[in-house]
This record gives sequence, structure tokens and C-alpha cells, in this order.
Amino acid sequence: MRLDVVLRVGSKLILPFMLLFALYVQFHGEYGPGGGFQAGVISAGMMILYALVFGVAKAKLIVPQRLVEFMVPLGVLIYAGTGVLTMLLGQNFLDYGVLDPSPMHGRERGIFWVEVGVHVTVASTMLAIFYAFVERGR
Amino acid sequence: MSALESQLPILQVIVPLVGAVLVALMRGGRSAWAVALVITWTMPVISILLMRKVLATGPISYHLGGWAPPIGIEYRVDLLAAFVLVLVSVVGAALMPFARRSVASEIDGDKQVWFYTMYLLCLAGLLGITITADAFNLFVFLEISSLATYVLIALGRDRRALLAAYQYLIMGTIGATFYVIGVGLLYLVTGSLNIYDIASRLADPAMQNPRPVMAALAFIVVGISLKLALFPLHVWLPGAYAHAPSFASAFLAGTATKVAIYVLIRFAFSVFGVAISFETLPLTEVLVVLSLAAMFIASIIAVFETNLKRMLAYSSLGQVGYITLGIALANTQGLTGGIVHLLNHALMKTALFMALGAIAYRLGSVKLDAIAGIGRRMPWTMAVFVLGGMALVGVPGTAGFVSKWYLAIGAVEKGWWPLVFAILISSLIAVVYVGRVVEVAWFREPSPAVEKCTDPPLSMLIPMLVLTAATIYFGIDTEASAGMALKAAETLLGGLK
Repeated sequence: MRLDVVLRVGSKLILPFMLLFALYVQFHGEYGPGGGFQAGVISAGMMILYALVFGVAKAKLIVPQRLVEFMVPLGVLIYAGTGVLTMLLGQNFLDYGVLDPSPMHGRERGIFWVEVGVHVTVASTMLAIFYAFVERGR
Repeated sequence: MSALESQLPILQVIVPLVGAVLVALMRGGRSAWAVALVITWTMPVISILLMRKVLATGPISYHLGGWAPPIGIEYRVDLLAAFVLVLVSVVGAALMPFARRSVASEIDGDKQVWFYTMYLLCLAGLLGITITADAFNLFVFLEISSLATYVLIALGRDRRALLAAYQYLIMGTIGATFYVIGVGLLYLVTGSLNIYDIASRLADPAMQNPRPVMAALAFIVVGISLKLALFPLHVWLPGAYAHAPSFASAFLAGTATKVAIYVLIRFAFSVFGVAISFETLPLTEVLVVLSLAAMFIASIIAVFETNLKRMLAYSSLGQVGYITLGIALANTQGLTGGIVHLLNHALMKTALFMALGAIAYRLGSVKLDAIAGIGRRMPWTMAVFVLGGMALVGVPGTAGFVSKWYLAIGAVEKGWWPLVFAILISSLIAVVYVGRVVEVAWFREPSPAVEKCTDPPLSMLIPMLVLTAATIYFGIDTEASAGMALKAAETLLGGLK
């Protein structure tokens, strides 16, 4: 057993709560501080902590390089797709009001998907930068 | 159809933006190129439809998210914006067939996908800058296009490309920061970010000459001048154009600086208005001096440059000088000359850079001494180069002559006849640097390496020939170019104060 047992057990305890907190920040964005960007950073932070403690090889088993490179554009696509959807429904770009019979709920729904897109792109971009830096040392 | 028509302004920006994402999801350079080709070829369709609509019914306003300006972001297409949109989208589309072989020969396979992604992002950014009527949204698009540009340059073949990209990154960031400081000051004074709302609030007599407005103008002009490479702020440009991949050089030379100049025109005339820009502040004097410096010093440096891409980059600086001279004159003829030179210079310089790209594709070098005798081996390519060079000089019958003609009339109208001689003499310097290439390319014996060269494949040759033909066409029939520029200039000088 290696000497970093405290670190590994400790981080294993923290990791699920980090993800949970990321999701809290994500879905609580309308009511308090937070939103897709912060949540994306926190969930990427979780993966980075995992990679620091258990090694990049193991981290890449969970989130492979290809998945990261796929998620960066995917997030933008979700964001822009929301806007295009509102256009297909006959309104201007990003006019979320049409997404629900009640315009207020429509806007809530629209901003929800936009924030999901932001989360995906921010998290994967953070991770891509982290992977790029780690790869350099090899 | 009409539903689609009302969405045209946003489609102009969203299609390349989503296209960039789709390209990023592709595997392999070929499929990425194919998607990028489809996307870029829809751009001129949209911009020409917009232009027709503007000509028929006047400026178009589009409210993003359904929020009315000045609270929401507004996209607004007037004649000048439509003119620049057509310019950028046509150059972007015309280059695409050229791209496949040129990019494949200069960029590693796994990076080609990212290259096309960045190209479409850059295109989206440039079109966004042109179409938006929101000063802060403009900054966002400025950053999108700039960040994409840094990557495009850094993907150049040799390692100096990294340094050039880094230098541009620093300069470009300073420029963008200055711009944002200027916009911040404007927001402080007027409480608005919508360009036309700011303009109407600045026109209020109570608003005459507050100091922050002067500072805002100064910051914005300096920041944008960095982007458009006005003479003393140009140091990033030669390196960036010289070391970028051939395709990127051709695209940036044709569009990036032009869009920055558009922003300068927009702020000087539409936002601040002639009264503040040219009467309260001495923008005319400053721009005339700097333009003349650019026309002469940059052109003279071009004469002594042995790397042809670098030579054309310096020539671009000189040509930017003509455009800013037209802006500085601030009368209808001068401004028309400046605006029409945006188009003319974009066409000729893109064709010239493509010719160099073709030489790089066949020969692998664009040094002056390496291309000796190449005129006999690659006659079509060099014909494009010679015709483009003649347009740079401003030989009658080419587009370059038309712009210089308007500039000269503008100078005479203002009573500044020495400027006419300055325009003439600086054109003669262009004769020297173009003539030097012609002499080496046609009148020297080819080296063994040059002996093996032939004209590039048609996919590369046709785009060059099309743009060159356009250069000649706009030298003879000026209705679509100078006619449009004249209308735009009249609107800028007359409509909004």
C-alpha cells in the first residue's frame, strides 16, 4: 500500500459530492449565484482531482480524449441548437418564449438548455487543457 | 419563404458558427473540407439576398431573442454593412476550392479538421462584426475572429509561425482591450450599447464635447487601428501574413483588415459623427499623416523584401493607407474611394496571395531568388500575379485605378492637391516592387527546381482566375462596386449626424 492512502480515500469521499455540487450550481443558476459556466468548471475540477490522485491513465478510462474532443463542439451545438429550434418554431433566434405554451416557462426551458450546453463545453474545454498540459510532460 | 427571409441576418452568422461545430465533429481533412465548402458557399447567397433587400426596402433590423433594441441585441444591415458582408462572404467562398490541396500540402492530417473549424469560426466572427449593431456584441465577435485567426496563423508550416501568432495575440489583445475601454466610456456617458442609440444620444446638444466621449473616440480609434494595421501599429502584420499557411494569408489579407476598417468607418461616421470625429477631434490630420506614412514607408520596405509573402504583406499596409486616407478626407468622393478600395484591394490581394500559395504548393518556397524563371513554367499563375500587381499599381482598366481615381478627386475637392501627387508617387513605388518580381519570374533562366513546376490543378487555378477577372471587371464596370460605395458614403455623410 502506498503512502498516499489518506489522499486517495479522502478524495474518493469528496468526488461524488463535487459532482453533486456541480449539478446543484447548474440547476440553481436561475435562483442564486451559479450557472453553466461555474458548474462546468466544478465538474471538470472533479475529473482533474481524480486524475491528479489516481493518474491520468485512469482518468482517461472514464473520460477518454475522444469524448472530450466530441463534447467541446457538442456543447456549442446544444446552445446554438436551442436558438435554431426557436427559429424553426417561427420566432427569432434565441426567443425562448415559444418553447412552452406559457412564455415565462418557455424562457426558463430555453435558458436551461443553453446552460446545459455551456456546462458541456466548459467542462470539456477545461479537461482538454488539463490533458494537453499533462501530455507535454511525458 | 418570407419567414426564412426575415431570419437572413442571423443565418449569416449562425450558419458558419454551427458549421464550425459540425466540422469539428468530422473525422479527416476531406470530409471537414466538404462540410466547410457547403457552409461557405451558402454565405454569399445569404449576403447577396440581404443586399438586394437593403437596396429594395432600406436598412434591415433584426432583434435577437425578440428583445427590442436598445435593450436587446440588434443586428442591422445597411448598405455599407451589406457591401462588406458580400465582400467577406464572396472572398471566403471563392477561396474554398483552392483550400483543399493547399491546406493538405501545408498542414498535418490530424490538424486539418481544426484548421477548417477555425476558418469557419473566423468567418462567423468577421460577418458578426459587420452585421451587429451592438457595440459590445461587436467586441465578442472581434474576439471570436481574432482567437480563430491566432490559431490559423500558428498552424503555419515553420516554427516562426508560432512567434508571429503570439506577437499578433499580444497586439490584438491590446487592440481589443482599447476598444472595450472606449465602449465602456461610451456606456458611461450614454447608458447604451446599441450603436444607433449611442449615436442619437451623442447628437443631443447637452452631450456636446464631454471629455469621456473624446477619450472614448481616441481609445476606439487606436484599438481598431491596431486591428487594421495602420502604419505605426502594424508590426504584427508582416510576420503573421508571411508565416501563416498560404490559405490563411489569402483569407486574412482579403477580409480581416477590411472588417476592422469597416468598424473604424462605422464608429467615425455613424456613432460619433463627422462633427465629433473630424471637427472637435483632429482625426483628419492624424489619419492623413499616418496614411501617407503607410503609403510610402511600407511600400518602400516592400521594395527591399525578398520573401514574397512578406512583400505582399507590406504592400497591404500601404494599401490600407489608401483606404484610411479616404476615410480621413471625410468627403463623399474620398470616402467612396476608401470604401470601394476595401472591395478592390480584397479581390486583388486575395488573388495575389493565392498565386503565391500555388507557387508554394509547387515549388515549396516563395523567396524571390527561388522563383527565377517561373513565369515560363507556371504561366497562368504568374499571369494572375502580374494582373494583380497591375491592379495594386492602379493601372487604368483595373480595379485599383477606380479607387485611386475617387481618392484623387476627393483630395482635389478638399483642395489638397499635393495628395494627388502623393497617391501617384506611391503608386510608382508599387511599380518597382511588382516589376522586380516580374523581372525575376519572366526574364531569368529557370533553376532545375523551377523547371519541374507546372501550373497548379484547376481547383486552385480557377478561384484565382475568377478573382482576377473580378479585379478587371470592377476596373471597367464600376456600377456594382463604386456605385454602391458612393451610395454608402452618401448615407454615412448625410444621414446620421
